[in-house]
Amino acid sequence: MTNLSPAIQLDVRDLEVHYDGIRALHGVSFSVPKGEIVTLIGANGAGKTSILRAISGLTPYTGFIAFENQDLRRVPAHQIVGRGITHVPEGRGIFGNLTVQENLQLATWQRSDKGEINADYDRVFTLFPRLRERRDQPGGTLSGGEQQMLAVGRALMSRGRLLLLDEPSMGLAPRLVREIFRIIVDINQTGVTVLLVEQNANMALHIAARAYVLETGAITLAGTGRELLGNPRVKEAYLGA
Amino acid sequence: MSEGIVYWLQQMLNALQLGSIYALIALGYTMVYGILTMINFAHGDVFMVGAFFCFLAATYLGLPFVPTLLLTMIGAALVGALLERLAYKPLRNAPRVSAIITALGLGLFLENFTLALAPYPKHIPPLLENVTWDMGGVSLSSLQVIIIFLSLGLMFLLDYIVHRTPVGMAMRAISWDKTFVPLMGVPVDLIISVTFAIGAGLAGAAGTMYALAYPVIDPYMGIMVGWKAFISAVVGGIGNIRGAMIGAFILGGVEIMVTAFFPSTYRDFVAFTLLLLLIVVRPYGILGKPRTQKV
Repeated sequence: MTNLSPAIQLDVRDLEVHYDGIRALHGVSFSVPKGEIVTLIGANGAGKTSILRAISGLTPYTGFIAFENQDLRRVPAHQIVGRGITHVPEGRGIFGNLTVQENLQLATWQRSDKGEINADYDRVFTLFPRLRERRDQPGGTLSGGEQQMLAVGRALMSRGRLLLLDEPSMGLAPRLVREIFRIIVDINQTGVTVLLVEQNANMALHIAARAYVLETGAITLAGTGRELLGNPRVKEAYLGA
Repeated sequence: MSEGIVYWLQQMLNALQLGSIYALIALGYTMVYGILTMINFAHGDVFMVGAFFCFLAATYLGLPFVPTLLLTMIGAALVGALLERLAYKPLRNAPRVSAIITALGLGLFLENFTLALAPYPKHIPPLLENVTWDMGGVSLSSLQVIIIFLSLGLMFLLDYIVHRTPVGMAMRAISWDKTFVPLMGVPVDLIISVTFAIGAGLAGAAGTMYALAYPVIDPYMGIMVGWKAFISAVVGGIGNIRGAMIGAFILGGVEIMVTAFFPSTYRDFVAFTLLLLLIVVRPYGILGKPRTQKV
């Protein structure tokens, strides 16, 4: 029985992931409504990254994942992006030996609409003028902030309807963190659903409509972003209050 | 022209011919290493299989040169892709030593399988009319010209594929880090198969050209040539495509120069010694760089 309501875009049920016999996730269930920003917060090693890797097919799992009412369980990783899910991985996953332009182009592998692709390059380069200046430079020569912009730009090139973001603030100066979060909100306002994994719980809860707290492989708290910001346990464990 | 210059030009021409063949094979080693950091030790035997495909096409099918070459390249490419699918892919997450042992075993299999089918050396019919020109004392054969230009043409084609096409871009992305390549929508397994096929196809072309230049072939012909191509790839910087070509021409040059000065039995000993010294000075090869990956 799946019983999906049309507003639910991503449905995750009883998700379990094992690494070398060690259980990283024990039966995680949650859903992401279309058009919202949903965040998963939790400490290092709580299993946040495993959830994203399972959704995008990088990690084998048991349980059930459906996107827009379609079962993703047998879909190979490289076809997931074609279904409309874009994953910006932990550490950004920039190909350092490819130029900025090539990094963006690679993300259009499953697309064949050439004119639209060119329009998307313009959109990315307008959003991130730094990338336009550096389009022929290898990705490995960019600064951390520029690499994060390239990772987000690349996600836009694949035109997903659901964006999975793994620690977009990692290693960035506070000013850049604010800019990245502003861009995430902007992207969401164009109709893209966002599932955001963050250690920077404060920023994440401020922009998220819905939030889940993950502890040692299981969801222990759920609520709106505002509710969790006010929750004493969350305050103590994740907001440094 | 003075006798000395004529002599050197002649030697350089010979070095270019030998280097071309090494280069075509070295590319297969370096491409596979580039994307999987694995040495495909069966690759020299794929070159040998290519020479036998050439024999089959030329004698049993009676085909002329161009169809023979194409058929050989396609046949070798299929063998290369098949080896990867059946033998290497199941071991992709196994310890490195398993893949190495498998590669050595595959090489022995190819040698002995061919030996079972062809217990005696085979003669390749002359597919091309070989004309020799005398250019001021330097003799140049049409076969030499074809080998050199065909090899260079294939190398430029490969360089174009790797640096200017989407498939090449995907190969380079995989060589950086294949973990996240599927997130771009790229079918990694398919790209790996294509890489093996291209490398094996080039070795097949080398097999054909080698068989035309040295028309007696046997199942063990790929061992020494394969080692030399492998060393060319290491000297150039394994994983680096242009490096493999440079390394091959250096090795070809060194070999020819050694035979010009010493008894020809010294050739491999002196050549390998010089190359070992080069590796001592430049451990990552001429164009190779230590792998530094940003997290």
